[in-house]
Parts: sequence; C-alpha cells; structure tokens
Amino acid sequence: MGLFVNITLDGIANGMIFAALALALVLIFRATRIVNFAQGALGMMTTFIASSLLDRGVGYWWAFLAVLAVGFVMGAMVERLLIRPLQGKSELNPVIVTIGLLVVLEGLAGTIYGNSSRGFPAAYSQSGLTVGHTKIAFSHFDVFILVSVLVLMTATLVLFRATSLGLRMRASAFAGEISRLLGVRVGLLLTLGWALAGVAGSLAGLLVAPTSSFGPYYMDLVLVYAFTAAVIGGLESPVGALIGGLITGLSISYVGGYLGSGLQPLGALVLLMVALMARPEGIFARPPARRV
Amino acid sequence: MPTSPRPALGRAQWILRLRLPTQPLVRHVVLALGGAAILYLITSSLSPYNDFEVGEIALYVIALAGLSLLTGVNGQISLGHGAFMAVGAYAAALLMTHTHLNFLVELLASIGAAGLLGLVIGIPATRLKGPYLAGMTLLLALALPPIADKWSTTFGGDQGLTTTVPTAPGTINPEEWLAWIQIIGALIVLVLLANLLRSRFGRSFRAVRDDEIAASLSGIHVARTKVIAFVISAACAGLAGAFLGLSTGVVNTGEFPLTLSIQLLAAMVLGGTGTLMGMWWGAVLLVYLPQWSTSLSGDFNLGSGASAYLATIIFGVVLIVVMIAAPTGIQGGLRWGWGRLSALGPRPRFGPPSVPERPGEALHLSRTAEK
Repeated sequence: MGLFVNITLDGIANGMIFAALALALVLIFRATRIVNFAQGALGMMTTFIASSLLDRGVGYWWAFLAVLAVGFVMGAMVERLLIRPLQGKSELNPVIVTIGLLVVLEGLAGTIYGNSSRGFPAAYSQSGLTVGHTKIAFSHFDVFILVSVLVLMTATLVLFRATSLGLRMRASAFAGEISRLLGVRVGLLLTLGWALAGVAGSLAGLLVAPTSSFGPYYMDLVLVYAFTAAVIGGLESPVGALIGGLITGLSISYVGGYLGSGLQPLGALVLLMVALMARPEGIFARPPARRV
Repeated sequence: MPTSPRPALGRAQWILRLRLPTQPLVRHVVLALGGAAILYLITSSLSPYNDFEVGEIALYVIALAGLSLLTGVNGQISLGHGAFMAVGAYAAALLMTHTHLNFLVELLASIGAAGLLGLVIGIPATRLKGPYLAGMTLLLALALPPIADKWSTTFGGDQGLTTTVPTAPGTINPEEWLAWIQIIGALIVLVLLANLLRSRFGRSFRAVRDDEIAASLSGIHVARTKVIAFVISAACAGLAGAFLGLSTGVVNTGEFPLTLSIQLLAAMVLGGTGTLMGMWWGAVLLVYLPQWSTSLSGDFNLGSGASAYLATIIFGVVLIVVMIAAPTGIQGGLRWGWGRLSALGPRPRFGPPSVPERPGEALHLSRTAEK
C-alpha cells in the first residue's frame, strides 16, 4: 500500500512536468498545426544557461526568471527564423526542421558544456514530506512543481479566456485569413504563441533537471512523454494537456514501479498507440467537422 | 574561318543519345550490373579497411532506400528507423548465437522480424497525420533499446551478442567478402524497390501520398497501401540492421540510439527524399561524416568527446538547411542539372513519354487544400 501511494505521488509530480511541456506543444499546435519536437531541447538549452548563471553566483530566483525570459526570446526566434520560411509547404517539413533543431541544440550543449552530467539544484528540499509519522515520496520541491505548473496553466487559461490579446490569438489560430482582414496582426501573434511555448518549455526544463541526470539528452524522454500527454488531451486544449500529463505521469510511474524503469518508454508507446487508435482527436478536442 | 557552336555539342551528343532499355526490370538490372562493375573496381583497388567502409555505405543505402520509399514516395515519416534496424540486427544475431541455420535464412529472419514490427507500427500509422506519426516513431526509437537491457540474459546486456560472417571462399580477404555480401544485398534491394516504384504499387504509394481521398476514389485501398509501404520500409531497415551487426561484430543497444534514426532521416533528406539513387550520397555522409568531424574537432582543439557532438550538429544543420533551401536534396539538384543538359540535345522521337519523377515531391505539396 505504501509503495502504491508513493508511486502515485511520484506519478503526479512527473505528470505535472509533462503537462507543462505538453502545454508548450499545445500552444504551438493550436496556432500553427506544428508539433515542435525541439521544445524539450530548447528547455534543455535554457536550463544549461541557468546552470552557467548559477555557477557565476547569480541567485536561484534571478536565474529562474532570466531563463524564462531567454525561453521566450528563443521560442520567438525559432518561429521567425526557421518556421516562417516553411509556410505553405507540406506538414512534413516543419517536423524535419524541428528535429534538426533538436539535434543541433543537443550537439551545441554537448560541445559547450561537456559530456559529463552535472547536477542542477532544486528550488526547495527534495527529501520527502512527513505526514503524521510516515515519510512520503512527495517533497517540498514536488509541491513547488505542482504550484508552478498550476500557476502556468491558470495564467494560460486567463490569457485565452479573459483577455483581448488571448481572444485575438484564438481568432488568428481559428481563422487566420478573416482575422487578418479584421486587423489582427496574425503573424505577430503566431510568434507570440511560440514565445509563450518557449517559456513553458523552459519551466519544464528547470523542473526536470534536479531529478534527472542533467545532460544534453535529459529532455528526450520527457519530450516524448509530453507528446503522449498532449495527444491524449487532444493537442488543442490546455486543460487536456494537464489531464493528459497526469494520465501519462501516473501510467509511466506504475510501469516503472511494478515492471522496471526500462519499460517506461514502451509503456508510453503502448499508451500513445491506444490513445491514437481509440480517439485520434484526443479526449478534449472537438471532433473535426470534416476530414479532408 | 567560320566557326559555329554546333560541333562542340555534336561531339557530346553521343552521351546524350545514350538510352537505357525502357523495360523497367531490364533497365534496373542493367543499372545494377553497371553499379556492381564500378564497385568491383573500387573494392579491388582499395585497402581492406576501405572495403569495410564501402560495405557500410552499401548497408546504409538499404536502410535509406526503405526510408525514402516510406517518406518520399508514400508520405509517411519515420523518426524511428533505427529501431527497425535494431530488431533486424538482434534477430540475426540471436539466430547466429543459438542456431546453425543457413546465412540467408538468418538474413530472411531479420527481414521478417523487422517487417513484423513494421506491421505493428504501420497499422495504427494508417490513421495518423504527419506530426502524430513522427511523435509515435520517435517514441519507438526511444522505447525499443531499453527492452534489450531489461532482458539482458537473452539479449546479452551491455556486452551484446556476437555475429559471425560466413567464411570467405578462396583467397578473398574477409573485409572484401563482407563488403560484397552487403553490396550484393544493396543492389538486389535497389532493383526490387526500383521495380516496385514503377509498378502499380509504386503508383498507388504516390497517389496515396498526394491525395488520400482521390486515391480511394480511384479504387486504391488507402490503409492497405500505407501498411504495405511501412512493412517494406521496415523490412529494408531490418536487413540493413543485420548487415550492420556483421560489420560491427557485436550487436548491443549502444549501436541504435535515437541519433541513429535522426541521422538516417538527415542522410535521406540530403540525398533526395523519394529517390533511390540519391541514397548513395546520404550513405556516404553517414559513413564519413563521423571521421570528418573527428579530424575537424582535432583541428579546432575541441577536446575529446566533442567530435560526436560536432557530427550531431552537422546532421542537424543539414536537416534544417536542406529543408529550407533545397528540399529536393543532392539527387534532385543533379536531375535538374541533367534535365537542363538533356534539353540541349536531341529529343527522342519515339518511345514512351518520359514521366518526370520529382524528388522531394512529398515536401512540396501545398497545404492550401487542407484548409
């Protein structure tokens, strides 16, 4: 019973991180119909930048904020420099370009920061909380993960539901041509979507780093788990990303806890295949009006 | 003295007048025999180590040709072809360790095993659009290698399984013999695929890629066509994996990282998506780029370990630059150049109308129809 509870708690913490990165994928997909496979690598890169800042004696929270800003800028740059030139081509082109960006970033991180995996500090203690007299596998840092991802989710929802900027972003994603006629600067808003995704990806990178072997490839698996989460949630809805993240996080945790961590990616693959076979449009997406 | 520009062209005209046989099977076999002759001259003049590299090029051509068929001709992307190579390599190595079957049977088993996995992945893939399939195959590339680590008694763990190359007949040295096994394999696969692409199957692959609805209205079973393409492509990767195991002598999970799958994609894109001959360029890149980057990182004093990352960066840059600047790749550029050259020469008066194959077509299609 204790094992089950601890695995579940671990799954929730991981699921929240997957949800953050899944939200980044959703922000981009709903606006541009592109899955940014370099999203994890962008988070990896910004976390390495955070690590350098910390090495130079910058305080943790300043580094944290600086890196979210860097993620914003990098997300915008990727859209402007690499994705914009592909407009109007086949949907395979952006997939291939973002994969190229993924390996370029990993190669750069490896060249600049070296091969050995270094540690990355957590914002709060990583030893488990004590509930009553038993220690559970949920630390202060896990609470921080939970809160920060929920803040991110709420901010996104408020942006889309309650602000005029969010309305314009939804409009340009839904009907770009008409929005442009109505005076919405669609191109700028697409860039903004990528930039916000960069912030979410950076947050995910910062949250994963302390609990994993922090190196150039540490976000690879997180990215595919987040992709699984986003697909379960329908790739269009932020709430779907959250639910999908929790489903994926819990499933992975149970597979890891009872069958061994080596089978976790396979578990995710099975989950993804089942989700795609059963409901390709995801749980939270409206069924498409027509499939052409 | 009157000079005219005609004589220069006239002298070159015999090249332009050379026509290959038009019957596809004959044409492809002639091409393959010509390729075999050239490769024979190359391998017999090279050192054993270079022969080994030529063999590696040939095995990568097999995997790349399968990927090119899947992505370029059928429009389905795979970021996980390294996984199919791993399955083929392990299938052959397991049979070599535990049984004494005929070498060809072992190769067929690796083709079959990878093809079977291709079927398992290909069936859900029929319902998926580009990015979804990309994500699923990416996950496949990451999910398979840990399985071999999990059941390390069967799959040999970190040590891996050893492979045995059949003994060379006569006085041929072993490297040259292995290279020839791989070259013959590659030429057979290329002839088979080239024929397939000129057949009804090849046309339905393209039709499905260009417009699924139109294809199904023309009586093509869209899902079945996509699954067949996936199985063929995976089977090619399986054979390439078995050959890779022969080249390296051991099969372990370290040989099939995610980067292998992405390098295959980069090499395919550079060679010319959808072409078969272009895959030779891509395979040369796959074999020689790691060496070039090692010497390059030595020149720049980047320190040990940096050369692998440098190769990774170059592969990534190739993917991005080719996609944005020249989606047809090297072979597309060559065909364009050859087309311009041929336009200068005489046109054939008879014979079937030439069907221009446009490499990289899958990457050109406008998305306006979807909106």
